[in-house]
Amino acid sequence: MKKKLNFKLLFSAIIFIGVSFILFLMFYTGPTSSLSTTEKTYSDEFIQKGAYLARMGDCVACHTQDASKSFAGGLALESPIGAIYSSNITPDKETGIGLFTLADFDNAVRFGIAQNGDSLYPAMPYPSYAILQDEDIEALYAYFMEEVKPIYQKNYKSDIPWPLSMRWPLTAWRLLFSQKVTPFDGDQYNGQDMARGAYLVQGLGHCGTCHTPRGIALNEKAYNDQNRDYLMGSNMEIDGWVPTNLRSDLLTGLGRFSEDDLVELLTTGRNDTSAVFGGMSDVVQESLQYMTLQDAHSMAKYLLSLSPSNPKDPQYQYNNETQKALSYAQDNSLGAAVYVDNCMACHRSSGKGYEKVFPSLAGNPIVISDNPASLINIILQGSTVKGNLNTPTAFTMPEYDWRLNDLEAASVINFIRNNWGNSANEITENDVKKYRH
Amino acid sequence: MSLKKMKPVDVVIVGFGWTGAILAKELADEGLEIVALERGGHQTTKETGKYPFVADELAHEQRFKLYQPLKNETVTVRYNQQSTAVPYRQHGSFHLGNGVGGAGLHWNGMHWRALPEDLNIKSHYEERYGKSFVPNNMTIQDYPVTYQELEPHFTFFEEVCAVSGQAGNVKGVINPKGNIFEAPRNKEYPNPPLKSSYGANLFADAARKVGFNPFPIPASNASEPYTNPYNVRLGPCNYCGYCENYACYMYSKASPQTTILPALAQQDNFDLRVHCHVIKIETDPQTKKATGVTYINETGETIFQPAALVLLCAFQVHNVRLLLLSEIGIPYNPVTKKGVVGKNMAYQYGAWGNVILKKDQYLNPFIGAGAVGQVIDDFNGDNFDHTDLGFVGGAYIAQSQTGGRPIGQAQTMPGGPRWGKGWKESIKEGYQRNISMWSSGSVMAYEDAYIDLDPTYKDGFGLPLARFTFTWHENEITQGKFIAKQMEKIGAAMDAESYAFYAYDEGSNWDLKTYQSTHLTGGAITGDNPQNSVVNKYLQSWDVSNLFVYGACNFPQNIAYNPTGLIAALTYFSVDAIKKQYLKNPGPMIDA
Repeated sequence: MKKKLNFKLLFSAIIFIGVSFILFLMFYTGPTSSLSTTEKTYSDEFIQKGAYLARMGDCVACHTQDASKSFAGGLALESPIGAIYSSNITPDKETGIGLFTLADFDNAVRFGIAQNGDSLYPAMPYPSYAILQDEDIEALYAYFMEEVKPIYQKNYKSDIPWPLSMRWPLTAWRLLFSQKVTPFDGDQYNGQDMARGAYLVQGLGHCGTCHTPRGIALNEKAYNDQNRDYLMGSNMEIDGWVPTNLRSDLLTGLGRFSEDDLVELLTTGRNDTSAVFGGMSDVVQESLQYMTLQDAHSMAKYLLSLSPSNPKDPQYQYNNETQKALSYAQDNSLGAAVYVDNCMACHRSSGKGYEKVFPSLAGNPIVISDNPASLINIILQGSTVKGNLNTPTAFTMPEYDWRLNDLEAASVINFIRNNWGNSANEITENDVKKYRH
Repeated sequence: MSLKKMKPVDVVIVGFGWTGAILAKELADEGLEIVALERGGHQTTKETGKYPFVADELAHEQRFKLYQPLKNETVTVRYNQQSTAVPYRQHGSFHLGNGVGGAGLHWNGMHWRALPEDLNIKSHYEERYGKSFVPNNMTIQDYPVTYQELEPHFTFFEEVCAVSGQAGNVKGVINPKGNIFEAPRNKEYPNPPLKSSYGANLFADAARKVGFNPFPIPASNASEPYTNPYNVRLGPCNYCGYCENYACYMYSKASPQTTILPALAQQDNFDLRVHCHVIKIETDPQTKKATGVTYINETGETIFQPAALVLLCAFQVHNVRLLLLSEIGIPYNPVTKKGVVGKNMAYQYGAWGNVILKKDQYLNPFIGAGAVGQVIDDFNGDNFDHTDLGFVGGAYIAQSQTGGRPIGQAQTMPGGPRWGKGWKESIKEGYQRNISMWSSGSVMAYEDAYIDLDPTYKDGFGLPLARFTFTWHENEITQGKFIAKQMEKIGAAMDAESYAFYAYDEGSNWDLKTYQSTHLTGGAITGDNPQNSVVNKYLQSWDVSNLFVYGACNFPQNIAYNPTGLIAALTYFSVDAIKKQYLKNPGPMIDA
């Protein structure tokens, strides 16, 4: 006689294992920091090193809501299940990190673990910071404890409702998808510059947070150049913008940039053919403009060393037929008409714009990207290249949402995407409609 | 009367146009704590120059979008001391600016230096033509600075503004493509000249034919993308034809917004407060030291801003009025000829005319910019022999294609109908064939041309308005007739269908209804002693040593050229001395 499966027992066993697993995750944190401070008092030089690293990590971007209260947190970071709020990382003893030990600090930054043992939401890019060197962590700690002004501002609770607000799944996520905390090993790179560039890009710069596509659990598909997905451009939009491909694809990536072109773009937000927009504007403003020229060159060298994500990406070829057609009024399409009336004054009939003033549309990877979201957004909402210390001029492209209907916008976008040698899939009125606010 | 007192600062700047922006930048670089008070609002390329609203001609020109609202404050005008002045109630002859950038935001961008003899005019004429050449009622005087002293500052401001032009005299080497009459400059212009227009080329060819020396108008529009000494990037001019009365959406026309303010915005020791209307410069009881300024903010609060240094940077007449309202310096008295504040008001003077091209010629005037065009300087300054001409000064003659804007710049053929089918036909013809030619002439200073406070009319705060007592004098009437004759020679050489040129007749008065220029000058003039001037060569008040006054109000008489280049050079000269001399040892820089 066959023994009947005891479903009751099996069910209980599953529940028991599940509960044990959850209970385990509620108390198990995985590896934690073992750092302890090396100095009683930190030298000014060491603190300034930390200040620079904090700039490179762009901590201020998320941890500041009110510009007059740097690092006091409170900025809402939207997620599909509700907003979470960045925390106060000023050394205020009551509401900030004033009572943090170096290990507490390290746990948050590299391990993704809060002082109370909870796992942090990976909105904090600890998976990238996991490669930071011990010394850099301590320099950051020194800066935040010694130089940042303490501000009393209580942290907000997240808007995420129970049961989604439970933290144990975050622990599971962290253990499954984050990187193991292993200080960066530069020896695998060809030379000091390249290693420094890789360290900045993969680590503090956390470029992959936006520029690497996300996997099934919204994890970055790669944290370093071992994988071709790394920095190949996002498969997700951020506030309607598409982080672009940073690999050296010739048409859609950085393949046509020289090192100097890229250094200029990173540190000033503009170069002869391009300008940053969307979230990258803030990154340049708050972080990259303060980068030393040497670090900027290292970063550029490293980025340009990344192989194309699509080795078959074609070379771009400029075609001057468009300019002729516009000059002699030979293109009677709606797209050409809208272009002439709205765009040509600055971007010119050549589509080349003016260096460091108005970006080129001809051959611009943003323009010909498969996902046209950024282009649609810029045309509808406009964009400002912010003024920085060394390039103070802020250039603004005005918004056209009020002026162009969906058909006109789609027509001009298709015109721009398929002229001067550009070639991209056609978009429709519905694509435009999605991005109207 | 001050209700609220602000934290004292090192420098307070009154009015935030060209001179205010220059001073703020140069002194912010010294680390001083600076507050600028501007009675108008913010104006930015992003908002004020927003495409395509920027090309709304009706709003900007016919409805005075960027100008001072005259219902709150204006000036009164009369031609002579016997008549009663009446308020200038609608913008006509001149366009007062308002808001950040002032008139520097909506100018045409004609960027000139001065001629050496513009600056030492009195002694130059006396030396060349004899002591009796300058009439007795003419109160002209030399500037206390020379061209050589100003040269580096002219050069620097050209670099700030990305000026596009063709030099005619670099360190004494003459280039006939440029202005052969200009004084030696140390450098070429920062950018090559703007492209010329068809009409201007016809003008230049004709001028050359009759022996004159045409050259491209120096333009404060970048002809190519350009980064200025403050690291501010300008875009290139695209000849859209919307300069004067508009902000430039191409970031090309120089204005404080496109050349200085972006750099200033990065400095946290500078604070700009808008909608703050200064009503008085406060002084100690002896009127020897300014203690700060009193202003009224947007909500009507009266506020005192203490400052160690007070820089008056409002428009010409507003500076003069503030001095009068604050009772600093002795007001000019036209009867006794004593006093200096308000003295020597001047303006500019023009002759004009039109050339009608032959059928099937096309000007395409919509391709243009404020300073696109060609000009001759053969009859400016003392570039020609005045011996038997009976006037002092001169004019430049130009053909410029500033734009083909549909309301104000579409002209019918001469005598064309004013309405109906005939008007339509005439305007089509005129738009393509009617070339305007014009001159910009100097205006001398006279005993009976001055600014004082109006006894009757008051502004919105109950303070007396400034009053202009001014009209044309024989010297300028004679100049205009002479200049019109020269223009006629060019017109005749243009091989056109017809031409006609005009100048005012004897006895003509200033017409306040038709736009001429906003180049009003004088009232707080510079000179070599306190008896003949309000400020010394460093533009420092003779009376109150921590008060400096800037702008065309410093001009002892007016030059033919557009004034911005000279205003800025004087300002840079002054701030250079403030940095090198005054800040180390505050007090009078020249003993009275």
